[in-house]
Amino acid sequence: MPAALTTRELSKRYGSVHALKGVDLTVDQGELVGLLGPNGAGKSTLVKIAVGLVRPTRGEATVVGARAGSRVARASLGYLAELFRFPGWYTADEVLELHQRLAGSNGGAAERARLLELVALADARDRRVDGMSKGMQQRLGIAQALVGEPRILLLDEPTSALDPVGRRTVRLLLEELRSRGVSALLNSHLLSEVELVCDRVAILLGGELVAAGTPAQLSSPRGVELDTDEGVRLVEGATRDDAPRLVAEAVAAGRSVYGVRVLASTLEDVYLEAVGGETD
Amino acid sequence: MSAVGVIVQYALREALRRKVFAVVLLLTVVFLGLFWLATHFVHDELDTITPPSDVLVDSRTFAGAFLLGLAMFATLFLGVVLAVFLTLGVVSGDAERGLLQPLVVRPIGRSTMLLSRFLAAAGVCAAYVLVVYFAALVIVGLTLHWWPAAIVGPGADLALGVLIVIALSLLGSVGLSATANGIAVFMLFGAGLVAGLLGTIGHALDSHEIRHASTIASWALPFEGLYQDGLRLISRDASGTASFLLQLGPFGGGYVHGWTIRGWAAAYLVLAGGAALAAFARRNL
Repeated sequence: MPAALTTRELSKRYGSVHALKGVDLTVDQGELVGLLGPNGAGKSTLVKIAVGLVRPTRGEATVVGARAGSRVARASLGYLAELFRFPGWYTADEVLELHQRLAGSNGGAAERARLLELVALADARDRRVDGMSKGMQQRLGIAQALVGEPRILLLDEPTSALDPVGRRTVRLLLEELRSRGVSALLNSHLLSEVELVCDRVAILLGGELVAAGTPAQLSSPRGVELDTDEGVRLVEGATRDDAPRLVAEAVAAGRSVYGVRVLASTLEDVYLEAVGGETD
Repeated sequence: MSAVGVIVQYALREALRRKVFAVVLLLTVVFLGLFWLATHFVHDELDTITPPSDVLVDSRTFAGAFLLGLAMFATLFLGVVLAVFLTLGVVSGDAERGLLQPLVVRPIGRSTMLLSRFLAAAGVCAAYVLVVYFAALVIVGLTLHWWPAAIVGPGADLALGVLIVIALSLLGSVGLSATANGIAVFMLFGAGLVAGLLGTIGHALDSHEIRHASTIASWALPFEGLYQDGLRLISRDASGTASFLLQLGPFGGGYVHGWTIRGWAAAYLVLAGGAALAAFARRNL
């Protein structure tokens, strides 16, 4: 079975700007991959090439084995753009119906009702887009991306306009989709969110892939913290495997141990290290 | 419903909501009302109108042909206004606002999308031009009791002219912002108008160079050539000096005419449409 998304030596130039420089990335079936990087790193360009909005200068991208931008590829994906808008005079239900027709979905009213329910917009079915908050429009955008049961979702900043409850809704939705075998490439600045939900993380910087792996693979041990009657002591360089020995030694030395904590770098630490503190 | 039907419906609904139809309808009602009034006054004073001594037609034919020529120009202008406002932001304008991207990533593809937008605008504009043209024709016919030599041909010329403007506007929308594209298309239309006037001046001054420049411009912008062909058609039964003068519409004479310009206009439409499709296929969004 082909991977949900594959890029090989993917490069893109906009005039003198080299937005992507030979990026290799794979999103397997049912895998949720987070794409991280500062503004201008090439994240949106990569997603746009995958959905066929932008043509690569060099290299290739395939979606479920088909060339990115081809009809087969487009029929297999759902996309939420970073900056998108639906016609203000359409209701939520009409937006989904329009996309059902364009996607060739036979889901009908049942699919639309299910999708609106999934993004907590069931009560806004007949509300016009221009009467919705930004967060509601963002959730409608996610529902739109799910029309036609795509095999891979490409979401560009899907939670940028959402409040904490909305973000949680999206996180649960992504986890549910993963359980059904739907893949997703999640382009986001919210590291904690990516860390919570993604199987793997890829970090882009200046158009290059500078780090990739599971959150656990990317993190590095920062030591073991012992909380004893002498206070909290950090044993640098120690790992999880060292923890029982350190506790036993402390007890043998007559200390009372109240707690032990294995420290590892967070995704934020990994990200900051990878991008060298670059923000924009 | 097919993908083409879905996009056509989407485009028409968009135009309806943006009040494009309302504005054009209002302008049209005002124009036809004023045109009827003008024709009515001309009819009342028909006995006092004397054609120039070298024009061998009666005053009714003289007045009717000139009034219908004026109405044809106004019809073309209103049709172009409608065409431009329906299409000026189809690609870049909608892409800048984020409306286009969710649609073109769907399986229908870019060519179907653009073709559907053309069909939506073409259907509306061609129908509009024909309705206004025939309304003006009926006003002249019933008020002045004069009917042109050709009834359908001039209207078809105007409709084809507007289709060319739609194709040019769609082509422009691929590379230009909505505002820039609107300005560009109206300037092209203005250039066509100037080409017609230039021809009239060239004939009045008997200048071969000016006439030649006018002819080249009319072929380069065939909606102007089609307008001139339409002017020629409404007075094709006249002859000699009378024919020459009657071909002088208010904004140019019928110097470019015949099946050659009609054929070229059809080919031009295909070329402009093809260029728009090719440019859109390569456009990064």
